[in-house]
Amino acid sequence: MTLTDYKYGDVIHRCFRCGYCKFPINWMDVNNCPAYARFRMETYSCGGRLWLTRAWLEGEIEWSDHLADILYSCTACKNCEVKCPLSFNIDILNMMIAAKGEMVERGEVPSPVKEFLENIQRQGNPYGTSRAKRGEWMEGTGIEAYQGQEFLYYVGCVGSYDTRGQETARILGKVLQKAGVSFGVLGNDENCDGNEVKNLGEETLFEMLAEENVAQFQGLGVQKIVTLSPHSYNTMKNDYPGFNGEFEVSHYTQLLQGLIRDGGLDVSGGYNATVTYHDPCFLGRWNEEYNAPRAVLKSTPGVQLVEMARNKDGALCCGGGGGNFYIDLLGGSADSPARRRVREACETGANVLAVACPNCLTMLEDAVKAEGLEDKLAVKDIAEIVGEACGIK
Amino acid sequence: MYELKFNEDECLSCTTQDCLTRCQYMDIDRDTAKAEILKIAHGEDSFVLHDCVTCYACEEYCPVNNHPFYLIVEKQEELDVPPLPRPLIRRGIQTGIPFRGEPDIEEINGQALDMGVFSDLMYLIQGRLFEGLPVISQDPRKMFHYFCQLMYLHYGRTSVIKERLPGIIQTIAKHNVTEVICFHDECYGTYTSYCPAVGIDVPFKAVHLFEFLYNRLNELKDDINPINLKVAYQRPCSSRLSSDKHHFVRGIFELIGAENVEREYVDENALCCGGTIQGQRREGSRKRAADVQKRNIEDMKNAGAEVCVFNCPACYTTLGSMVAKNGIRPVFMSDLCRLAIGEKPAGWR
Amino acid sequence: MDSVYQALVDIVGQEHVSNRQEELFIYSYDLGTTEPHRPDYAVIPRTTEEIQEIVKLANKEKVPVVPLGGGLSLAGLAVPFRGGIALDLKRMDSILEVNEKARYAVVECGVSQGQLTSYLERNFPHLTHSEPGAPPTATIAGNVAIHGQGDLAQPYGFNSDMVNGLEIVLPTGEVCKFGSCSIGSGWYTQHPLPDVGLFLGWSGTTGIITKVSIRLFPSKKIRGVGQFVVEDEELVPEIMYKLTHTQMTEDVIAFSQAIPPFASGLQHFTINIVADSEKELEFKHEIVWDDTLGEYIRSGAGGFLGFRSGLQRPQVSKTSDWRKGGGFEYVGAIMPVETYPECYRRGRDISERHDIPYTVLGRCIGAAHAMMFSWTYAFNRADPETIRQAREALHETDDLALELHGTIWKPGLYGQKLVMERLDPNTLNLMKKIKQMLDPNGIMNPGNWEVS
Repeated sequence: MTLTDYKYGDVIHRCFRCGYCKFPINWMDVNNCPAYARFRMETYSCGGRLWLTRAWLEGEIEWSDHLADILYSCTACKNCEVKCPLSFNIDILNMMIAAKGEMVERGEVPSPVKEFLENIQRQGNPYGTSRAKRGEWMEGTGIEAYQGQEFLYYVGCVGSYDTRGQETARILGKVLQKAGVSFGVLGNDENCDGNEVKNLGEETLFEMLAEENVAQFQGLGVQKIVTLSPHSYNTMKNDYPGFNGEFEVSHYTQLLQGLIRDGGLDVSGGYNATVTYHDPCFLGRWNEEYNAPRAVLKSTPGVQLVEMARNKDGALCCGGGGGNFYIDLLGGSADSPARRRVREACETGANVLAVACPNCLTMLEDAVKAEGLEDKLAVKDIAEIVGEACGIK
Repeated sequence: MYELKFNEDECLSCTTQDCLTRCQYMDIDRDTAKAEILKIAHGEDSFVLHDCVTCYACEEYCPVNNHPFYLIVEKQEELDVPPLPRPLIRRGIQTGIPFRGEPDIEEINGQALDMGVFSDLMYLIQGRLFEGLPVISQDPRKMFHYFCQLMYLHYGRTSVIKERLPGIIQTIAKHNVTEVICFHDECYGTYTSYCPAVGIDVPFKAVHLFEFLYNRLNELKDDINPINLKVAYQRPCSSRLSSDKHHFVRGIFELIGAENVEREYVDENALCCGGTIQGQRREGSRKRAADVQKRNIEDMKNAGAEVCVFNCPACYTTLGSMVAKNGIRPVFMSDLCRLAIGEKPAGWR
Repeated sequence: MDSVYQALVDIVGQEHVSNRQEELFIYSYDLGTTEPHRPDYAVIPRTTEEIQEIVKLANKEKVPVVPLGGGLSLAGLAVPFRGGIALDLKRMDSILEVNEKARYAVVECGVSQGQLTSYLERNFPHLTHSEPGAPPTATIAGNVAIHGQGDLAQPYGFNSDMVNGLEIVLPTGEVCKFGSCSIGSGWYTQHPLPDVGLFLGWSGTTGIITKVSIRLFPSKKIRGVGQFVVEDEELVPEIMYKLTHTQMTEDVIAFSQAIPPFASGLQHFTINIVADSEKELEFKHEIVWDDTLGEYIRSGAGGFLGFRSGLQRPQVSKTSDWRKGGGFEYVGAIMPVETYPECYRRGRDISERHDIPYTVLGRCIGAAHAMMFSWTYAFNRADPETIRQAREALHETDDLALELHGTIWKPGLYGQKLVMERLDPNTLNLMKKIKQMLDPNGIMNPGNWEVS
């Protein structure tokens, strides 16, 4: 592909590299682009990536492993789109995804990305673990298979396979049971939601996943979906309608907010902790849901909620988006976004860092260990906090 | 060209001279009023031309719809008595020049909402009240193609209005709209008052936003929860051109359960937001505007208003933060209506 | 293996140095019209000591060093014309001290304008610094190094006049301190010791600023901007003179631009007024708008456009997107205020000749002692022809600034040449001696301020 064939060929040169894309909630530093925060070379800033993409498509620079790493280090956290003051900002991530798409097309992606995509193609999850093991997380929970209940509880890859993710998936299941919510799950029949696949530029695979999922949901008569992961929530809410998949999609924090408010869930057991909340990108910046998770926390007795300096649309991504929870181009340093984030959480004086995304959960928990903060800070999913408050052990 | 329909005999036989005697910014007795309006009609200079704050109110006060305000503005231009300093006039005239391409004309074949020059306020027309209603002038880059131009009454420049308005009307007409719901009642006043007064044809029916809102609210009546708020309405200059629609303000307040507070500067006695006064050429204009604003807001406060309801974006820009500073929440009428049907107003602060 | 690369890795660590095409590409570019030149290495140090080591290495290997802050000068001042090391200083981003009572802040060289603004707003809301019109990613050190000015220029002068002290890594690697800090006192003044002017305005050719003490000023509770407009450009100098006489304004700017149309052919003033109370504010309003500018309003020559509380700081610049092209560059020149009318008219001519909508602006510095006048030329990064046009217009404007008895602020290579052609020969000779003494191997940002 050349610049003329590139879908954003008429706009990509408009980035001036003024650097607004690097800012958090105000101008307190220039570290809110996770890739730039990690490496601090201008190449890793949003503007740097756009200029490099243009140079690559114009033939000014050659493709290289390093170029691929730079592009794939973008976590699709959307900070750049939200902070860029110029009118083309709505297409910044699309420009990145289209460039990644070109790399996919040429078969020139970093090897972990290749592995990630192949695993999804073969096993429906990035880990490459068998499809037959997808439902193992629910063993012994009494959670039913979906058969026309009010909600499909869509767990997602991280909730299905990652040990920490599985714990959260189970607890959320129990919370929903306790609240008397009518729901079922797909177990081994669940497939990857495709959100990361799309952001990695593998459009064909994404379309296939979306079509298959939509067909499966429709075949089962699904109307309402509640997701564990904001990533699933995002793509099902925003992308699936493009595949004729019109479902009423909620993130679980939204459902819990309603249940607690309407008395459907008794959290009077409380949770005694000073808690700071980390906004996941796909709930926050991508879908502007900043309130529901906070409302859940605030309505849990004993929770003292304190905010980090970067919050809501200024939150720093954990570094796990764009497949990076697996491909891990941002790890390995004290400057890794997850480690910066847990240090920031500690500065608030909180002893619990609450998350609402299994990707954030694993990223930030690993970071707490790397920083040696285990005695000071526990990373908990909001499902776990609510679970404890309503007496689920 | 377009000539103002003004009948001197009406003024001669007028017994009230309400146009000037009721003016809130000039103290004029009936005899002086008659003499001055006739001087103006004859093309002679009058202190009225110099002291007019261009609030449009005399258009409403005139018992026989003889267009005293349009007359004053025409004569200000003819006799070169500009109400504003020259650079403000030039700036204003240049403001209305479209500079970012031609508008995309989408044929509507029916009813549509016209944002006029306020395309950047699209967030104010969300929700069920506006569901399914096509909107023309959505693109802020093209909004000056829909600018009704009546603002130039404040500038003493009816020539600009007459020169540009027919083209604007043509642009709107190209959309093949039968009924044009005007987001701003300045547009409504343009098409229903100014155009007939000077003989400009309007090939569509203009609908006042408040009439539209009133009817929509009636359709959604079952969903209304009374808002139980004490409200004061900031009546804009332009609503003086559509006084027959002013009753919809009370109508809407009744429907949504808003208590229209008893106050002095209400309805015909409404005060100007001061936006245009502060820049006028006359000595002391800045302080005069500040005084008008202070009296207006004090009056709202004394009447116990919790909310100040706006119709005009210019009033909102001028007074919004001032009322907010005084503990009164500023909100547009459409947003207030949304509150009543359980929606979250976009501009509620 | 490249020995310089390896030595750099030993100094800053593998992740903080690159000789790969991607980094070399990005650091070869300025954001304006200057032609790119590739460095051989991009390095992002974290400490003064690392910088010392890098400079020593560069001397040994005779490799150029090009320091870079926010990279927003637009005049190509950090383009590595002779290759070498592009030294991106943004990792040195600690705010080291705010002395509240003596009103100063000591910052590392990578601290951005926005970072300090935000820090003060959160921690010392009654203090502020002079924020330039650049995007807030611009650095404090980079700005003082080029004699920048900000929104307190009217009362207090250039930002480089607000320097209380500097820490410098000399081109030969030694660390020097200037100002009261150099005798172990606080960083509260640069006087009365020998001056630090050796490093300000030299665009990084005489050393690398690693720390700056910058003065802070009172920040009042109400800060807002009023607008005034005149048609006749000849009135601008006298209005600036009268406004500065009131001593009641902060930033005073006059501007005119072709787009949007409302601003065309008119001279708009933005006048910042601050106060701690409504009473103080109204008093200042009376003095400024009624007593000082009232005569223009009454005669119809000037119009008051209102006052709005709340300053947008830093300002969001969208200039680069005017032509939907991602680029602009301007000539900034320090001009006598009385030249405003001609700066406007001639600048407008240049723009029109090059088919660029004109944009000019004059910011009052001090009590109208001078103004920073800018002529801005937008271009489309994807269209080389518009870049060429803009570059030509910029060169013509450099000539114009000098013709009108101004001096070019942060000139690029073309402007530097023009200035040096006119410089007093003895001054030029002194510059040459200083440069030779400080930088015997000529490694610091070569190409800039080179006296032949």
